[in-house]
Amino acid sequence: MNWISPRRLNRLGMLNMNRRNVDYIARYNERSSYPLVDNKLKTKLAVAEYGVKTPQLLQVVRQQHEISKFRGMAEGLAGFAIKPAKGSGGKGITVITGRDNEEYIKASSARVDAPYLERHLTNILAGLYSLAGTPDVAIVESLVESAPSLARYSFQGVPDIRIVVFQGYPVMAMLRLATTASDGKANLHQGAVGVGLDIGSGRSLNAVQFNRPITLHPDTGLALENIEIEAWGEMLEMASRCYEATGLGYMGVDLVVDANEGPLLLELNARPGLAIQMANGRGLLPRLRAIESLKRPHFTPQERADFAMESFSAL
Amino acid sequence: MTNRSRLPFYVAVFLLIATGISLAIWRHVELGIPWLTGEQRPVWMVEARVDFDATNESVLASLNVPGQPPGFRLLSEQAASPGYGFSIIEKSGNRRAEWSKRDVSGPQTLYFKAQFVPDASAESGPLSQPPTTRRVFWEEPQATAVREILEQAKARSSTPESMTRELIRLMQPDTRTQNTTLLVAEENYLELLVDMLNHSGIPARTADGLELEDARRRQKLTTFLQIYDGRQWLTFDPQTAEQGVPENLLLWREGSASLLDVVGGDNSEVGFSMLRQTVPALQMATMQFESAGLGFLSFYELPIEEQSMFRMLLLLPLGALVVAFMRIVIGIRTSGTFMPVLIAVAFVQTTLVPGLIAFLSVVALGLLMRGYLSSLNLLLVSRISALIILVIFITAGLSIIGYQMGFNTGMTVTFFPMVIIAWTIERMSILWEEEGGREVLVQGTGSLFVAICAYLLMSAPLAGHLTFNFPELHLSILGLILLMGQYTGYKLSELKRFTPMKVYD
Repeated sequence: MNWISPRRLNRLGMLNMNRRNVDYIARYNERSSYPLVDNKLKTKLAVAEYGVKTPQLLQVVRQQHEISKFRGMAEGLAGFAIKPAKGSGGKGITVITGRDNEEYIKASSARVDAPYLERHLTNILAGLYSLAGTPDVAIVESLVESAPSLARYSFQGVPDIRIVVFQGYPVMAMLRLATTASDGKANLHQGAVGVGLDIGSGRSLNAVQFNRPITLHPDTGLALENIEIEAWGEMLEMASRCYEATGLGYMGVDLVVDANEGPLLLELNARPGLAIQMANGRGLLPRLRAIESLKRPHFTPQERADFAMESFSAL
Repeated sequence: MTNRSRLPFYVAVFLLIATGISLAIWRHVELGIPWLTGEQRPVWMVEARVDFDATNESVLASLNVPGQPPGFRLLSEQAASPGYGFSIIEKSGNRRAEWSKRDVSGPQTLYFKAQFVPDASAESGPLSQPPTTRRVFWEEPQATAVREILEQAKARSSTPESMTRELIRLMQPDTRTQNTTLLVAEENYLELLVDMLNHSGIPARTADGLELEDARRRQKLTTFLQIYDGRQWLTFDPQTAEQGVPENLLLWREGSASLLDVVGGDNSEVGFSMLRQTVPALQMATMQFESAGLGFLSFYELPIEEQSMFRMLLLLPLGALVVAFMRIVIGIRTSGTFMPVLIAVAFVQTTLVPGLIAFLSVVALGLLMRGYLSSLNLLLVSRISALIILVIFITAGLSIIGYQMGFNTGMTVTFFPMVIIAWTIERMSILWEEEGGREVLVQGTGSLFVAICAYLLMSAPLAGHLTFNFPELHLSILGLILLMGQYTGYKLSELKRFTPMKVYD
């Protein structure tokens, strides 16, 4: 068995689960703000007012009888994503990328029929994927068409960028790439690849899969060293703006880069995971403490993003 | 939100833990509730047997019985005498057992039984008013002899105790002088001592003691001398002048009252038999605080049915403590936060191995059936409801099969909370579909591991004993759980998880 001593972890400034829960989430996240991020529909509406773009909302299914309308709406679409509004960790998200006569093609290239999707919607409404098992609504969004520069790194799924935002400052970022192991999803614990991004430049630092460092994408075989995210400053500012929209002091902002629309907000997370530190090879604590010790905070998202780009690539 | 000081919190937690422990210690000391389950305490069962021949008239027999003999505590007392009215009468510091019956004839036997617990700290209560000396008149030539002996004793002593000792020594046969031989005849020796002490201004009296020896029958009381030194009665052996009540001596009668009075009977005599018993310390404690009026502090006052419910309920905090520790400090993933506690509670009732087999088979069969249900395209609520019914069928089936095969443990499956199991199956099956069998295995074994740990703690006899008899210890558990809620250090599992970070150090 391989172990790392707590002292070394402290030296690296690794944030752990207990400290995250007690010192950051419990202290900086107002309970009343949670419904806003735990419900994707509310998130979409809230951030829209602050000029943060999200994928286009096609349909909201709130009642069982509305499911019948779904088929008619889906007829004319090539691709869309069905999401439970209160789902967490990517649970219950079904992405349809194409059609073959009566059948829909999932992102994992599995073929499903319309009743399958309707059953899925029923499950969502009953609250199967919602956090506390409460009744939920399903939202149908237009499919994100990933920017080709990033899409080629990912296997099947859309790569997304997770940015941890603390008191409005983007503190750490990573690119998440789907793999066969992750079934086209960008969830790290399911086997997606996490690529740490330098907050100052948007360039890749290290990559991990299942918490182990790797240098090549396991499916596409592409080197993960020289990835560079375009419009990096803009993305950081967008993430930073979510702070004003939600008031959450500590959160994870998930963005995608659409080929046509540019950066879009996928979802917010009030309890972002800790694996981002391993992808970056750096602990979060020094950066979080730097912000906590700021005498005079910056007031605009622009200023905060600039401050982060200047200060945090060194930490 | 704000960076509040955590000092009040830690003070509160410390107070909780300290209160719990000190209350428990107080109750242990004060009420004698034992820390361990199997502790035994010696108890002396003494039986007084009164025999007399009734003379065909109404009978009133009255026996002096001890209330609070020094060095012992009275645990219980009872009388056995058919046809007799019985009561215990307390009068001016004397306790008397009184039997009464109209028109009795022939030989009669009355029994009085009492249980005594040796307790070095037990003392007789303070006297309401100090005793006074009795005036004694002596005739010549005794008067002169008494005066001389007393003067001799007084010259050699300084306190009432030493005076008594000297007097006893002077009265012994080997030291006897002319004066003493004049006074002492064998039968009046003790009375004489008492009289002489009273004469010299020291209140004195006799007391009867019973030498406790296991399984003795027909014992007589031995008489002792007691003097009052201004604060309390002191006991002396009238032959050796040894001071104090010997161990294993139970003072049955103190004071001037007679041992036995029988009105309406002849040839009365009293004999004692005794037995050394051991009684579980716990039982003794409960008997004591019933009599001490402190019963309201324990669960023993409740009806038995509720007691057994609380026995179970009070174990839950231990399970919660284990879950908190395993999740916060060790970092074991479980499916459902407190599912392990519920499984552990079921294990406590079924015992571990049958419970484990039953649980695993119910969940495995349930998962198979859930596979079929998912293809039926049902609404979630009705799917769970169907699953609950299926789970009940499975448990019923397992019970019947188990019974037919000769394991009556099959019946114990029913202790599992059905709804919880149904939900567990549902969540596990979804987990399987979404994250694969590996995650199901991790969370399933994690839950079972935590459940087994909780079970082992909860089923320990000591745990059951402490939680039920010292419910205040739950305050300490609460304090520990609150303290764990403040633990911001690394979990044990994180030391493993973050190992790859070594390369960046």
